Amino acid sequence: MTITRWQRPNQWSIAPVRRIATLRDGVDSLFNLALSRLLESPAGLEAENNQLLEGWFPAVDIYEDKDHVVVKAELPGMNKEDIEISLHEGFLSFSGERKQEKKHEDGESRRSERWLGRFQRSISLPCRVDADKIKATYTDGILTVTLPKAEEAKPKQIPITVK
Amino acid sequence: MNEVAQKEEKAVRPQPVETEGAFEREYVTPKVNITEGQDRYVVEAEFPGVNKEGLDISLDNNELTIVGRRQTYSSGSLLYRESHTADFRRVFELDPSVDTAKISARIEQGILTLTLPKTEQVKPRRISVS
Repeated sequence: MTITRWQRPNQWSIAPVRRIATLRDGVDSLFNLALSRLLESPAGLEAENNQLLEGWFPAVDIYEDKDHVVVKAELPGMNKEDIEISLHEGFLSFSGERKQEKKHEDGESRRSERWLGRFQRSISLPCRVDADKIKATYTDGILTVTLPKAEEAKPKQIPITVK
Repeated sequence: MNEVAQKEEKAVRPQPVETEGAFEREYVTPKVNITEGQDRYVVEAEFPGVNKEGLDISLDNNELTIVGRRQTYSSGSLLYRESHTADFRRVFELDPSVDTAKISARIEQGILTLTLPKTEQVKPRRISVS
């Protein structure tokens, strides 16, 4: 019997580990891309640099007071007819489409940074709301959805009696 | 440099974004579309949450600066935020062909539209033969 010195296996050659390494590289590259996007001026971005993060995700803010939850979304330059809002099982969803405007057809495009096309966002609401009393407005390119809280979700004062 | 980029050099050219430090940007750069027609340039900038009162457009020689201040919403407490709090700002270098006296602007649903007419000399003209 021959005794050979034990050698640490090369961990990167083991298939599952290698797969994790590939995944890690993938995540790293995604992160680096996102980071490079942050560091660069948005103005200088080229289309090809942008591929992975393609799409329109309107920024959303959520506010809350005693009686309401208010959801605001940045949707500049939409027709209010093209925005759809729905509520389903505690999720508020809104979607829509920004269409190519026809009015500047006579000119040639020199720069095109604005998103066109469909968007969709779903927001998990922090509490139950009264679906029948939801109101939505669209002003200055901001969609504001006001959702009154359901009675059982409102904070209640419980009086303490001292005996 | 491709043809479109070369043309842009001579047109309405956005200036590089000034940064104080990579993570401490004082302003947000609005997205813009620029179109060139025969007699004008049209610049459309996304200024969500900005109305007429929050708009500041200034011209210094051939440098056009657009600034948009957002209205702050202060009802209730903030649970979650994705929007930027900083104001919008962008600077454009204008081509000498722009008739700076005739620049007009309007804002509608968060889109600022600037119309920059070209001077009479550079507009294409048909010369009739007598």
